[in-house]
Amino acid sequence: MVSLEHYLFMSATLFIIGIFGIFVNRKNIIIILMSIEIILMAVNINLVAFSSFMNDLVGQVFTLFVLTVAAAEAAIGLAILVCFYRSRGSILVDDVNMMKG
Amino acid sequence: MLLIDISFYVFSTIIISSALLVVVSRNPVHSVLWLILMFLSCAGLFVLLGAEFVAMLLVIVYVGAVAVLFLFVVMMLDIDFGSLRSEFARYMPIAGLICIILLMELSLVFGVWQTAESAEQARAVITPDLSQVQNTAALGQIIYSKYIYLFQTAGLILLVAMIGAIVLTVRDRPNIKRQDVLKQIYRDPKEQIEIIDVESGRGL
Repeated sequence: MVSLEHYLFMSATLFIIGIFGIFVNRKNIIIILMSIEIILMAVNINLVAFSSFMNDLVGQVFTLFVLTVAAAEAAIGLAILVCFYRSRGSILVDDVNMMKG
Repeated sequence: MLLIDISFYVFSTIIISSALLVVVSRNPVHSVLWLILMFLSCAGLFVLLGAEFVAMLLVIVYVGAVAVLFLFVVMMLDIDFGSLRSEFARYMPIAGLICIILLMELSLVFGVWQTAESAEQARAVITPDLSQVQNTAALGQIIYSKYIYLFQTAGLILLVAMIGAIVLTVRDRPNIKRQDVLKQIYRDPKEQIEIIDVESGRGL
């Protein structure tokens, strides 16, 4: 029988794969954005698993809001990426030093 | 083993392996395609958990919008992705170390939580009786009553994201030729045409 722990272990693994992706693909910002999506997906699985096993629908409501924020983040992130590519001609993360921050 | 157990293991194997392939694959287009597979399997997992509405939303929003957005951007930008991977091996050890530490930290939490005595009752107040209403209807009852302000805020976030994305990516090119309708309407024919009486054999 699949229990809550199975789901939690699965989503923890997914979360860690996302973190791993961010660290390994330090230069490629597209893959970094995809890794962020993976991390948010792991959080969603956690929320829905808890919501389902505890008969509490608020977890699923929260998943909707996480989904909204993830979609907005992807849209804005990719827009910034396209903007940056137009002005610099590359998407290297190391090149993002225009503001000397 | 029940069918539901087998489906759980199949879906989670697909999710984990496709997430790994997103991270390590050489071609970003393949990465996006693996990401789509991961989202679809997550939707399957959500159906198993009895959250049909979120599962369908996942298919529409993530697969239909976000992943296709990624695909467009990856294909639009003309980048040599091979050069971006040159330091893949260099960051591997530190990434592995951090991941192992994180996994250990997360595994400390497994199975050792306690539930407060009043928690069950507090949850039951909000959630409609799931044996009476469907998942989607029950979610609607909660979202449009108790979480209406959060729902509106979510809409606002999407609006801001939409406007922001348009403002960031729009560019007005000054040297492009466009039709100016007002200018065409206010053109006076008397000023545009001149009738010249040409004498024969002289030319202009």
